[in-house]
Amino acid sequence: MQYLISVIHDQATLATPEEDAAIDVFNDRLQTEGHWVFAGGLASPETATVIDNRGGSEMVTDGPFLESKEYLAGFWIIEAADLDVALRLAAEGSRACNRKVEVRPFQ
Amino acid sequence: MNTIREAITRAHREEWARIVASLTRRFGDLDIAEEAAAEAFATAVQRWPTDGVPPNPGAWLTTTANRQAIDRIRRESKRDDKHRKAQVFHDDPPESLGAIDDDRLRLVFTCCHPALAMETRVALTLRMVAGLTMPEIARAFLVAESAMGQRITRAKAKIKAARIPYRVPSAEDLPARVSGVLAVLYLVFNEGYLATGPDTDPVRHELTGEAIRLTRLIRVLLPDDGEVAGLLALMLLIEARRPARVSPGGELVALGEQDRGAWNAELIAEGHRLVRERLAAGVAPGRYQILAAINAVHTSARDMRDTDWSQVLALYDQLVRLDPSPIVALNRAIAVAELDGPEVALAAVDRLEHRLAAYHAYHATRADLLRRLGRGQESRAAYDRAIDLAGNTAETAYLTRRRDQLLP
Repeated sequence: MQYLISVIHDQATLATPEEDAAIDVFNDRLQTEGHWVFAGGLASPETATVIDNRGGSEMVTDGPFLESKEYLAGFWIIEAADLDVALRLAAEGSRACNRKVEVRPFQ
Repeated sequence: MNTIREAITRAHREEWARIVASLTRRFGDLDIAEEAAAEAFATAVQRWPTDGVPPNPGAWLTTTANRQAIDRIRRESKRDDKHRKAQVFHDDPPESLGAIDDDRLRLVFTCCHPALAMETRVALTLRMVAGLTMPEIARAFLVAESAMGQRITRAKAKIKAARIPYRVPSAEDLPARVSGVLAVLYLVFNEGYLATGPDTDPVRHELTGEAIRLTRLIRVLLPDDGEVAGLLALMLLIEARRPARVSPGGELVALGEQDRGAWNAELIAEGHRLVRERLAAGVAPGRYQILAAINAVHTSARDMRDTDWSQVLALYDQLVRLDPSPIVALNRAIAVAELDGPEVALAAVDRLEHRLAAYHAYHATRADLLRRLGRGQESRAAYDRAIDLAGNTAETAYLTRRRDQLLP
């Protein structure tokens, strides 16, 4: 079972060197214990571009699709047996990156 | 006819949780388990009056429910092959857990999972473990039946999609998860004990009764947990006073004015036995054990004056260290009033104003202390505020009478 762990942040700051180091340690652990699928940090929301091609006529808009104080700063995709395992890993990830996270299962 | 109805009621009380729990393990789906269990009981209602009560009602119901569940899965797999794949449960059977290996315990932990909202945990526990019907739960919490149904449906969908596990948590998680379960049970009890709402009975026995029954079950499943014993003792000692707590006119009767002869001696004896058992265990008590001990002191006294208030205060001091909440501090102040007088207590209560200004008991306590100090006008204002904020009909009636008895 795979879960998306979204990192939620509400300030323009990037991860500090200490936070980066803690994230590396956590990532290593995910890999050795077989939970790792993929992970990444995202550039700031201002760098986002929205494209809507539902009607066949491409609409390009500058900026994120959702204007809000909180935004997605990065994510992990993990493999976990159940929600208890995923929540435990998410708690460690939140601690490592020093940000709030959301856990959501893949369909 | 009556004996048949009694047999069904008894089987429902004794077997419901076991049947839902074992079906959930077998089929890996709370929804299927709940529906099949309900259908099995409906079949019993139809068949037992003519066929007679089977020699082993639990086994009969389990077999019938299993058959219902298999029928449903077959129906759905014919209709939709994808569906069938979803029904084949999460791979491996739950690991054996030795002493606490009981499906019902797994069920309780799933229903009280921290990933569900508190009100959802309460509703789900009452449905799946206690076997209350949707209308009963909706009525108990004063919400529309459709809203309650949706809440439970959403919860079942989340349990399935996010794979909230059906097992006893790991040793590492267990203490926090047990205390989460106890919080659910205590909330059910309190809602029954101090029911809110202008048109409801001041005490809802069905909720206090269910909370006690569920706590007894948890105690059977986790006999060595001190807080489980503590919560059970606490509920029993509060429930024991119920007959004296509301007057025939529907007014709350304060502890000092209750007819102690009307208290339930059997429940008190059982509560005291549990408290003594925990004292003898020699393990530092948690919150529920301390609250139970405080209630044991109250229920040991012949009257208000005979109460060992220094013991009560010592227990509150212990509780404050574990739980420094303003509500604990408020209750502690009530004991202080008995030992050191209302003036000292009032000073302590006034210090809580910024945190408890919206809590009716804060104003009710102040009103009583001010009354005892002869400060009638201030007392009246505090009673007014308490009456505005109180949600329980018996409490409002009591506060109104006390206010109206103040000398002008």
